[in-house]
Amino acid sequence: MVLQMRQAGLYCPAGDFYIDPWRRVERALITHAHADHARWGHDHYLATPRTVAMLYHRLGEISAQSIAYDHTLTIGGAKVSFHPAGHLPGSAQIRVEVGGEVWVVSGDYKTEHDGAAEAFAPIKCHTFISECTFGLPAFHWQPQAQIFDEINTWWSDCAKDGIIPVLGAYSLGKAQRILAGLNSDIGPIFTHPAVEGTTEILRQSGLNFPTTRPVTKDVDKATLQNAIIIAPPSATASSWVKKLGPISTGFASGWMGIRGIRRRRAADRGFVISDHADWDGLNTAIAETGAETIYVTHGYTEIFAKWLSSQGYDARCLDTEFQGEEDAGEDST
Amino acid sequence: MKDFAALVQTLDQTTKTNAKIAALASYFETAPSDDKLWCVALFTGRRPKRIITTSNLRTWAREAANLPDWLFEDTYAIVGDLAETISLILPPNTHVQDHSLSQWIDLLILHSGDEPDQKQAFILKAWNGLPSDERFVFNKLITGGFRLGVSQKLISRAIAKTIGQPETEVAHRLMGKWTPTTTTWEDLLLGDNKAADLSKPYPFYLSHPLETPPTELGPHEDWQAEWKWDGIRGQIIVRDGTVFVWSRGEELVTDRFPEFADLAKTLPDGTVLDGEIICWNGDTPLPFAALQKRITRKSVGKKLLDEAPVVMIVYDILEWQGKDIRHAPLSDRLSHLDDCLVGSPCLRRSLPIPFTSWGHLKEIQSTARAQRAEGVMLKRLSSPYEQGRKKGNWWKWKLDPMTVDAVMIYAQAGHGRRANLFTDYTFAVWDGDTLVPFTKAYSGLTDKEFSEITSWVRKNTLQRFGPVRQVTPELVFEIAFEGIQDSPRHKSGIAVRFPRMLRWRRDKPASEANTLQDLRDILNSLSG
Repeated sequence: MVLQMRQAGLYCPAGDFYIDPWRRVERALITHAHADHARWGHDHYLATPRTVAMLYHRLGEISAQSIAYDHTLTIGGAKVSFHPAGHLPGSAQIRVEVGGEVWVVSGDYKTEHDGAAEAFAPIKCHTFISECTFGLPAFHWQPQAQIFDEINTWWSDCAKDGIIPVLGAYSLGKAQRILAGLNSDIGPIFTHPAVEGTTEILRQSGLNFPTTRPVTKDVDKATLQNAIIIAPPSATASSWVKKLGPISTGFASGWMGIRGIRRRRAADRGFVISDHADWDGLNTAIAETGAETIYVTHGYTEIFAKWLSSQGYDARCLDTEFQGEEDAGEDST
Repeated sequence: MKDFAALVQTLDQTTKTNAKIAALASYFETAPSDDKLWCVALFTGRRPKRIITTSNLRTWAREAANLPDWLFEDTYAIVGDLAETISLILPPNTHVQDHSLSQWIDLLILHSGDEPDQKQAFILKAWNGLPSDERFVFNKLITGGFRLGVSQKLISRAIAKTIGQPETEVAHRLMGKWTPTTTTWEDLLLGDNKAADLSKPYPFYLSHPLETPPTELGPHEDWQAEWKWDGIRGQIIVRDGTVFVWSRGEELVTDRFPEFADLAKTLPDGTVLDGEIICWNGDTPLPFAALQKRITRKSVGKKLLDEAPVVMIVYDILEWQGKDIRHAPLSDRLSHLDDCLVGSPCLRRSLPIPFTSWGHLKEIQSTARAQRAEGVMLKRLSSPYEQGRKKGNWWKWKLDPMTVDAVMIYAQAGHGRRANLFTDYTFAVWDGDTLVPFTKAYSGLTDKEFSEITSWVRKNTLQRFGPVRQVTPELVFEIAFEGIQDSPRHKSGIAVRFPRMLRWRRDKPASEANTLQDLRDILNSLSG
């Protein structure tokens, strides 16, 4: 076995390292900087440069080494390389080769190129460990340009009515993807401090986003005319938001594709946009790896594994503590 | 149907009442009359006759989407709505078919007599010609059940705003037996009132739970107290020699209750009574289970009629001698009841409970269970009969529910609004050192608690049985219920009524949950 499941997470015996472990380990390879994959407390971290920058921002003083995409590193008896996962800037799939057998751990991924995250690239392997957060045929994403149109229309409608749109989006990844799609001719863009912080780190790593201003408790309301506010989902219901005057709340998530979940979220608007692959994306990505054995983690694992088995794969569920895209409003950064 | 689909989406996307009313009013101002009428019909539960079975719809949809049967069903179980599931799984539309709402409904009716393969061709063509949001609405036209958080009251308000009529007048006109094929927008809302349907009920006035001590309601002399019975709310109408019985769900249930069939002989024309329909034997009410049998059976046999005879406990009169008397004070309305109930054994007057002070009434209220009542109703003697859930004049003062602490042993994900959250739990109590399941419960926790329990369930699954997960018996909940009965069908030997989670007992270990004996003791204390 190239990788095996241990209490602390996915382990590579040949290289004596873990990938995205959920308990404290000596050496952790990290696919991306979301909290359910990059946890605090490991002795040593290995990740792409953008992920490492984000780890320093999130976890403070840690021992971390960065590795460029497509660059091979030998760790013990294993050859390791990182490849773009398209989930968010710096996110990676991790390829592990031991004695000629290749396994790839997808981390979280999406197949649509969003312009900010490095574009997803399928990697040939024997065994593919794939997330399947949205592994149901009910999930089909529209091209992001269409969703940005919806968001910009909502923003300009709100501006006309003197209402401030407050859009909930994860502070790392989703928030910046949306920033890049906003039409700043409509008005100024304000961000919650958590969003501002991660955006700044990504700017320093060489990415361009429209100008943003942090919104604080004592923000001068006059400056908020025609503005939009991007905030972590959990912050859209907080008391400072309610003090801004009339607002319209929005939530940007793949879960908004399901009416029931949209209603539970009780936002005024739900925008169906996700940094995870949809049904077609998952199926295409898996086919392109050429893998015969597929392990599926976080999401509709049983259903998706059964589907893959019916398509001729040797497919199994892998119980992990990854959460995928939360719908309950918990921020994953 | 673009404008109607847009309306549905707007209603669906806002939780604000004013935004909903504005969206409806703007639709009523711009849409053609036929569309408006259908819109009101659909939102008040009057859907066109189903011309295609849901099993056909499922089959055609999964074939069009090229999905195996099990995958379609699993997806449906998670999405929770058939019309929505179908609209989501189908491939994108290839062309645009632009018809209005009423035109689509006419087309559906037109194809109702088709052979199955012609129907299939029509449906596939429609799916292919509609974008996802309109496809959802189209499917809803077939499957029924628009649930958009639009109450009858909200519709009435929006129409009232559009046509400049009082809301109460609109609400009354919307009640009853009409369908868009039997009336028009103009006749329904603006036509001569006298021509209105004979069967038309009045909107029910609904009570609120009492949240403060009754002393805050002012002098007790201003109030009337009555027992609160556990039946179904109903309205009996006698007009023009004909009897109509309506349930609160605005369902015409005359045929279910033959007991009331002859009331036209004893009640004068132009009488409308409001009360509780309940099974009653001699001088005592029967448990709700008896009534449940009556409601679920379409035809009522003689045996059932003997076993579970119904009466109406009448507590109000809304129309007398053909006149709407809802505006009159309660005390005046009730004076008519004395005369009219004589000679109708299936009607029992809900008698006022005499009491001398709020403290005295509290003592009486605490004995409700011995009367087989749920508690006491309080009604202001000077109040008119209002409509909907308006606070202030009618209060229900129920007994505190019975409660036990039980251990969660199974969890299952919910549907629709609760998709992908574990919200449906099975609870057990101790019998010696084993846990015996005794009830399921779905409600009573906050969304936040459900999310927290959902991640707990994921980490504490012992075994999976299809969608059901057996979990570590660790979490304890206080389960409240309104009734308890022997039940040979349940493993525990008992059944409880209206179970719900009162709170999550984070402070209690599973070992301190209640026992089956505790439940039996509650049962015995009631029947003893």
